[in-house]
Amino acid sequence: MSGYILEMRNIEKVFPGVKALDNVNFSVKKGEIHCLVGENGAGKSTLMKVLSGVYPHGTYSGDIIYNGEVQKFKGIADSEAVGIAIIYQELALIPELTIYENIFFGHEILKGRAVDWNETIVRAKEALKKVGLEHMDPSRKIRDLGVGQQQLVEIAKALSKDVKLLILDEPTSSLNEDDSQNLLQLLRELKSHGVTSIMISHKLKEITAIADTVTVLRDGSTICSMDAHAKELTEAEIIQHMVGRKIENIYPKRESKKPGEVVFELKDWTVEDPERENREILHKVSMKVRKGEIVGLQGLMGAGRTELALSLFGNSRHYRITGGEFFMGGRKCHYRNPAAAIKNGLAYVTEDRKGNGLILIQDIRYNTTIANLNALLSGIAIDANKEIKVANEYKKSINIKAPTIEQKVGNLSGGNQQKVQLAKWMFVEPSVLILDEPTRGIDVGAKLEIYTLMNRLVEQGMSIIMISSELPEVLGMSDRLYVMSEGTITGELTADEASEEKVMALAIQS
Amino acid sequence: MSEINNTNTAVQKVGLGKEIGGLVKHNIRDYMMYIALVVIMIFFNIRTHGSFLTAQNITNLINQAGYVAVLAIGMTLILILVQIDLSVGFVAGFSGAVAAILMTQYHLSEWLAIPIVMLVGLLIGTYQGLIVTKLKVPAFVTTLAGMFIFRGLLSLSLQKTGTIIVPNEGFNALSNGCIPDPTENHLITIIIGAIGVAFVVVSQIRARRNKQKYNFKVSSTPIFVVGLIVVAVIIMLVVTLLAGYNGLPLTAVIVGVILFIYNYMLNKTRLGRYIYGIGGNAQAAELSGINVDKVKLFAFCSMGLLASIAGILFTSRLQSATPTAGTAFEMDAIASAYIGGTAVSGGIGKVTNTIIGTLVIMSLTNGMNLMGVDIAYQYVVKGIIFIIAVAFDVRTRRAAK
Repeated sequence: MSGYILEMRNIEKVFPGVKALDNVNFSVKKGEIHCLVGENGAGKSTLMKVLSGVYPHGTYSGDIIYNGEVQKFKGIADSEAVGIAIIYQELALIPELTIYENIFFGHEILKGRAVDWNETIVRAKEALKKVGLEHMDPSRKIRDLGVGQQQLVEIAKALSKDVKLLILDEPTSSLNEDDSQNLLQLLRELKSHGVTSIMISHKLKEITAIADTVTVLRDGSTICSMDAHAKELTEAEIIQHMVGRKIENIYPKRESKKPGEVVFELKDWTVEDPERENREILHKVSMKVRKGEIVGLQGLMGAGRTELALSLFGNSRHYRITGGEFFMGGRKCHYRNPAAAIKNGLAYVTEDRKGNGLILIQDIRYNTTIANLNALLSGIAIDANKEIKVANEYKKSINIKAPTIEQKVGNLSGGNQQKVQLAKWMFVEPSVLILDEPTRGIDVGAKLEIYTLMNRLVEQGMSIIMISSELPEVLGMSDRLYVMSEGTITGELTADEASEEKVMALAIQS
Repeated sequence: MSEINNTNTAVQKVGLGKEIGGLVKHNIRDYMMYIALVVIMIFFNIRTHGSFLTAQNITNLINQAGYVAVLAIGMTLILILVQIDLSVGFVAGFSGAVAAILMTQYHLSEWLAIPIVMLVGLLIGTYQGLIVTKLKVPAFVTTLAGMFIFRGLLSLSLQKTGTIIVPNEGFNALSNGCIPDPTENHLITIIIGAIGVAFVVVSQIRARRNKQKYNFKVSSTPIFVVGLIVVAVIIMLVVTLLAGYNGLPLTAVIVGVILFIYNYMLNKTRLGRYIYGIGGNAQAAELSGINVDKVKLFAFCSMGLLASIAGILFTSRLQSATPTAGTAFEMDAIASAYIGGTAVSGGIGKVTNTIIGTLVIMSLTNGMNLMGVDIAYQYVVKGIIFIIAVAFDVRTRRAAK
């Protein structure tokens, strides 16, 4: 079978109690861009770990045929040796080292026994050129680069190892629109140089734009492999294969109501970087949110949306607030820590649920009640019965999929973790809820559930500010939306007048 | 009621053998600790021809372990929060010296001296806690500096007098005496033991009933009953043994009260939740509205207070304050907490298990002393047991993931 660089045949991988991969067949043609899609937990990452040797030969059944030979990888080093490189969602660069040190980390260029730094820098420049960073100084520290540039450096690192098959695990999930486009363009260029790519992604738009072949995994099995050149692929078609059902409209409608009084208002909110004086992160931001509204806050990565939310929600990062006023329910306020913000009815659901949202080693019950234990006190002790009842009610009402509330949150899927985060804040019953990228990295089914839940909350009178980078989502869910760019609000649109083009134009305005 | 029956039959269908297998598998970490303790005790009992498990030596062991247990309880909180306190040994030593000076040079009664010393400990803890939380100096550095400072202050305070002999009988009884028990054969000791057993049995049954009410997994009736009987028998055996000698040591009562308070605090109160939360993920805890600095400050204050109590117990034990008191106490305290299953990565730990850890460490000390093993070898042996325990802990936790 020439033409295929990789064939994975009848792959089966069993974890204690779960069959993660069940008879998966996956073939990649030489020189193509192959997209691997599927809901979270469908087995994409497991499959890639089998391929790269993270799960060594013998721990799975089936064959990996690469370049016409059956491979028995014992570890990542083996797969790297034949030209397979994986770039993970979480970048594996060392922030305090320079670009050139990072690129050759683990395969240093030696002269005798010592590292040849001059040669390293020259070679690093070559590698950077390949990823379109020819003007980048290779002696800059990774820490000082943006996420997009870091991703490119990571790819440069893979290319420096003479990679034949490049695997990218959700490469654009933390990139803004511009950087994402750059990355996709780079993949096309690499393709023209004969590099084969496998891209795992949730972003259907990108997939339809770039893929030569799309393979869909569902529940650990291959559902289908579609040739994008034989027939035009549509997003709806891919979604249908992913979830096994037709989704007519993924943004559920809610009854339109007259918005109530203004519950949240910002006037000329200006914030500076805590470490660098006079470097403004936010400049004269003004916005209003009414009772029962979902207000979108759209913008590219780095526009200052998360910083805005954190500066209001108790300013835990200690930004310098240099100007402006903030009103909640008509009262001027300034919260000195998140506890004060919570007490006054403001809640913030973080974009980084594993990093600073949930306590992963604790169970669902613990995470559900942690922000509002006062409601469970009887005397100085926490009423265990009441707590169990509360956690069980939320588990049921928002459909957290787990055997019991004693399940550790770290063992849940992304969508269910996000639901636990929402349960935590619903129990606090805030008047204004800020959701930061509420559906990032979760599958289509869970997204739908979260949208439905948002509708339920605003119908009960809560107001939601939804920060999101996904245009269709913001457009589909918001009553009104603000667009931010480089720390300022560049526009306000109602749901009726907003379109992807208009929003995008405002988002890149500076 | 039908629900309860359902869960019971469901569990019993699994089969007793399988259930025991599952229990062992999931609790291997805890069981290993108990097994290690039993093995160590039996080993020393054989090597010392039965003098390890005598009433007199168990009383001794309790009195020796008291100050370490008190330190280890406080250290557990600190370690759950992913902090460290290296200064506890010399804070304890210094506190003991202050107590001795107050009683001998200022002729205060022990009932006045003890609260003053506890206040001193609290202030020291507050000072270190403020440095860590307000100035953001890492705890390792802050308390290493504390080690220097309080070692120096200990030497300074005893410079003129040298070792101070404490004459106060009431004070010295804290770590040498037993509860006043005028009854024949120390009946009160046995009654306290019985009350303890009753307390354990009732609280366990209530907890189990509650779990069943919510359909949570519980162990099957035979295993539950056997477990209770084992605990009851062990408590009654120890108590009877002690009653055959001088009765229940005061140290055991003091440690028991502290243990109860800290266990309650960690398991039942908001503060306890916050401590585990911050240890698990400090950023997430802060964004959940927890005042992280306040909780950390509390932990250091409590550590200071407990260090001063440990100092009082140690001084009472020796009936004197010496310039070397407190040396390497922090090692025993930290080792106790880790051997007791406090996670090296923070966020997990129980004070009740820490006490088992203390018993392991202090049984080693006591047993090797009985055997006449040189102190240098004792350190090596304790270090090896310590690293084995932590390595085992890290491995089982990773396997569980």
